[in-house]
Amino acid sequence: MKPAPFDYQRPRDLPEALSLLADVSHSSKIIAGGQSLGPMLNLRLVEPELVVDISALAELKVAERRGEELVLGACITHADIEDGRVPDATRGAMREVAANIAYRAVRNRGTLGGSLGHADPAADWISALAALGARLKLRSNAGTRLLEIENFIVAALEPALRPGEIIETIHVPARPASAQWGYFKSCRKTGEYAHAIAAVVIDPAAGAARLVVGAIEAAPIVINNPFELFGGRIAADYKERFDSSVADAMLAKAGIANATQRHIHVNVLKRAIRGAAA
Amino acid sequence: MRNERDFSSADGGDAGQGVGVRLPRKEDDRLMRGRGQFVADIRLAGLQDVAFVRSPLAHARIRAIHVPERYHATVFTAADLVGIKAIRAVSGLPGFKISEQPVLATGKVRQVGELIAMCVAPTRAEAEDIAAAVTLDLEELPAVHDMLLARKPGSALVHEHWGDNIFLETNYEVDISSALDAPIKVTREISTARQCMSPLEGRAVVATFDHRLDQLTLYSAAQMPHVTRSGLAECLGVEQARIRVVSPDVGGGFGYKGILLPEEVCLSWLTMHRGHPVRWIEDRREHLSGGANCREHHYKITVYADQDGRLRGIDCEATVDSGAYSSYPFSACLEAAQVASILPGPYLMPAYRCRTFSVATNKCPILPYRGVARTGVCFALELMLDLVAVEAGLEPGEVRLRNLVRPEQMPFDNITNKHFDSGDYPQAMRRALRLIDVEAVRTRQRKGEAAGRRIGLGVAIYCEQAAHGTSVYSGWGIPMVPGHEQATARLTPDGGLELRVGVHSHGQSMETTLAQVAHEILGVDVAKVHLIHGDTAMTPYSTGTWGSRSMVMAGGAVAAACRELGERARRIGAKLLQHDPAAVVLQDGEIRGVNGAVTLKEIAFTWYRRPQDLPSDVDPGGLEVTAGYKPQRDSGTFSYAAHAALVAVDAELGEVEILDYVIVEDGGVLVNPMVVDGQIFGGLAQGIGTALYEEMPFDTAGQPLATTLADYLLPGPTEVPVARLDHMETPSPYTQFGVKGIGEGGAIAPPAAIANAVNDALRPLGVELMQSPITPHRIVEAILARGEKGRKSA
Repeated sequence: MKPAPFDYQRPRDLPEALSLLADVSHSSKIIAGGQSLGPMLNLRLVEPELVVDISALAELKVAERRGEELVLGACITHADIEDGRVPDATRGAMREVAANIAYRAVRNRGTLGGSLGHADPAADWISALAALGARLKLRSNAGTRLLEIENFIVAALEPALRPGEIIETIHVPARPASAQWGYFKSCRKTGEYAHAIAAVVIDPAAGAARLVVGAIEAAPIVINNPFELFGGRIAADYKERFDSSVADAMLAKAGIANATQRHIHVNVLKRAIRGAAA
Repeated sequence: MRNERDFSSADGGDAGQGVGVRLPRKEDDRLMRGRGQFVADIRLAGLQDVAFVRSPLAHARIRAIHVPERYHATVFTAADLVGIKAIRAVSGLPGFKISEQPVLATGKVRQVGELIAMCVAPTRAEAEDIAAAVTLDLEELPAVHDMLLARKPGSALVHEHWGDNIFLETNYEVDISSALDAPIKVTREISTARQCMSPLEGRAVVATFDHRLDQLTLYSAAQMPHVTRSGLAECLGVEQARIRVVSPDVGGGFGYKGILLPEEVCLSWLTMHRGHPVRWIEDRREHLSGGANCREHHYKITVYADQDGRLRGIDCEATVDSGAYSSYPFSACLEAAQVASILPGPYLMPAYRCRTFSVATNKCPILPYRGVARTGVCFALELMLDLVAVEAGLEPGEVRLRNLVRPEQMPFDNITNKHFDSGDYPQAMRRALRLIDVEAVRTRQRKGEAAGRRIGLGVAIYCEQAAHGTSVYSGWGIPMVPGHEQATARLTPDGGLELRVGVHSHGQSMETTLAQVAHEILGVDVAKVHLIHGDTAMTPYSTGTWGSRSMVMAGGAVAAACRELGERARRIGAKLLQHDPAAVVLQDGEIRGVNGAVTLKEIAFTWYRRPQDLPSDVDPGGLEVTAGYKPQRDSGTFSYAAHAALVAVDAELGEVEILDYVIVEDGGVLVNPMVVDGQIFGGLAQGIGTALYEEMPFDTAGQPLATTLADYLLPGPTEVPVARLDHMETPSPYTQFGVKGIGEGGAIAPPAAIANAVNDALRPLGVELMQSPITPHRIVEAILARGEKGRKSA
């Protein structure tokens, strides 16, 4: 379990990193905290010729509130969020998610950008930030673009990154006071990857909701304003009106064929909704 | 007696240092400071690393192995290993079929991970680069991936010349026909998953050759170094005196490190061939996919009982997936044949039948893991006892109390002629029931829990044969039969004590506990007792540490050696005190008579430095004694324990939470109760892994599917509750101090107790789980399957 030989570069600034990544004469991989890439290198599941270490890039460590938006650099760690070292605009939602990612040792090194870029469906941020309506700013030598998370995750382990492109910042809209947050995951054991995740933002005052069912074998299922799950409308009594059998049918239609898995996902979703209403 | 070190005792102060004292572990001073020395810490000049090319397929014919030209000098295949014999572990049981495990594959590969070529380079990474450059031309054959299918005619064959896939079939029967008219008859199929032992430290080997001594030295993370040496000598064709096996600090063994590995043979050959030291450190993927498999059992079992819950008999057909090869020295049949002999558990029954099959498959050899067959047997039997309780309308605890062997029957020969030495099994069960508070649980169950949540109570009890010796193992006819255990005790010129034993500690705390035994006899401060073990050149022969035997056997041998040493010291002391030898006694490390006392230190000084002062008839053997020991009966000690678990099951998500866990354990006289507590807690953690987490699934091509710790789940600190322990101490009538083997017990009962608790919680839903591990998916699946009856499917 030792990696195949690779070259290693630790650029000083983002332009230098982008030029290294733009060079298509060799295969390259970005490393930040190394919590996913490290094991993959050791298992020789990936054998890049060049590893670009972005941990020295100050541009990727920004953390500030810009108006109605929280902007976090890709190299912000889970522990930075858990410990409150960065500002928050989600009224504690991100902090709660961060504090329950894997183990503290992983949170110390693992980064927001790394988790999103790896696009593992069982990881927390792709579901949680999808529910919060976050967007990603992607940069390459060709320029930048902003992408919603649900459009960023194409499939399991398949992000919409183009060659030479890097996640620069994560933009999370402020959660309004009326929007209730619920997050629940089921793991075989503490710190293990989840086998079912649900993240919900429900705003009964606005009659709106955004539900995410994650840790499935594909990109998370993002459902905007799923009125049919709540008997036709989203209002203060949404918890009581949640209809498990409609949710089950919805997940079946979304491709979760196994009834047992569906049952667990529906109940995890129910718990997240209950949590939001609590 | 005063200590130089501050041994604060949990018993509070001056409890002494002898047998029965909760003495802190001597070895922790080194281990807790990170100063232990494990094989991977060994650095030798010129050391090179080995990586293996392993089979990617479960079953295939090797057409060709292509080694790039530039690596011809650093890659070795079976063709290079001229004169090296395959590993053969034969059993003397009638009908046993012999497998030959080539150390590097020849002709066929029979499991994923089987060694095909050995690559050597200055670093492991470079060796892996070479391994990656070797390409294989394999003709894939149908994989034998399921032990039940493997028994059927027409199955693909692991070893073609056998004609079937059965290593061994056994039959045992006592009057089963007399049970058939019993009013209660319950039949089930029960299975336990294939697991991996997962010690913190995997296997590790450093091999080097010393031309001065004309000796191969093999440093190996091994728990049975003398047996490793014998096996190695047979494969290499080298005299045993030319091999030294050193086992330094070992980070857990659990059975895996008792097995002779092909890697050990390969590296021994390689260092002799190349002339420089070589090493191989097993990585976790090798460990999971190619090495430490264990536990895969299947039972088809019927229990017969009277209406009052009394057992009339058990009829069982047990199948064990033995994997591709018979492992050295325990063989491929230990597990299944043990099932037949121990399935009756601690219970009385007039009739019994058990048929067992050890089945060859295209998987790793199954190896004996802590508790060996007992964990699976306890799971099967105790799940069935709960079903008898349901049929009889009794509390599970009550059914057990009606069937357990009673204290007044001890010693007791059970239906398979196991000789239970001593104990009060019903009392252990009663104490466990009281501690878990059955009444309070039943009241709580009647009140009900929050929606979706159910609680359940489970109990399990077992007795465990340990330190069984010649009379038991000679019947198996495997390469290793334990006889007398020996120990050497030597008083050093400054009054310290050296002990040499052939067993080896891989977490058992022997540096402390054997010192306590020596202190009990000689009164030497444990801080001045130095244990030498884990080295064939420095210790008496022993079959090593396995079968919960070390404290019984090596403890007995140390006591015998110390006693003889004390007697010799007493005679010298009498002379120094100018007493008749009959008038002096050894007490607290001194020879005492009416005229005064002389210390062991002074006696040692006299023997080594002032021999002119010795009595004329002094024993010329001096102050060094090697003594042998066997219990009065070598049929084994029987420790036992009752476990009780209280769990909450989340019926919506299938999650299980252990709310309370109680263990009442009787290991005879405990040399160090704190060490025993540690053994039980560790065993419980492994038992929880068996119950709820650990599983190595294979697909139909024979591919292992849990090859990293992300897929192979082990319980961590948050999954293991702090169990409440209660000790009983019924001495064994046959052993020194009345000790019993205790090392494996903790791991035996938890799967049964937890499964029974889950089933108790889910019984109102009409759901039962008869398979380990009990996973969220399995629980939800079972609940949904039950619910199907009443409603349309979605």
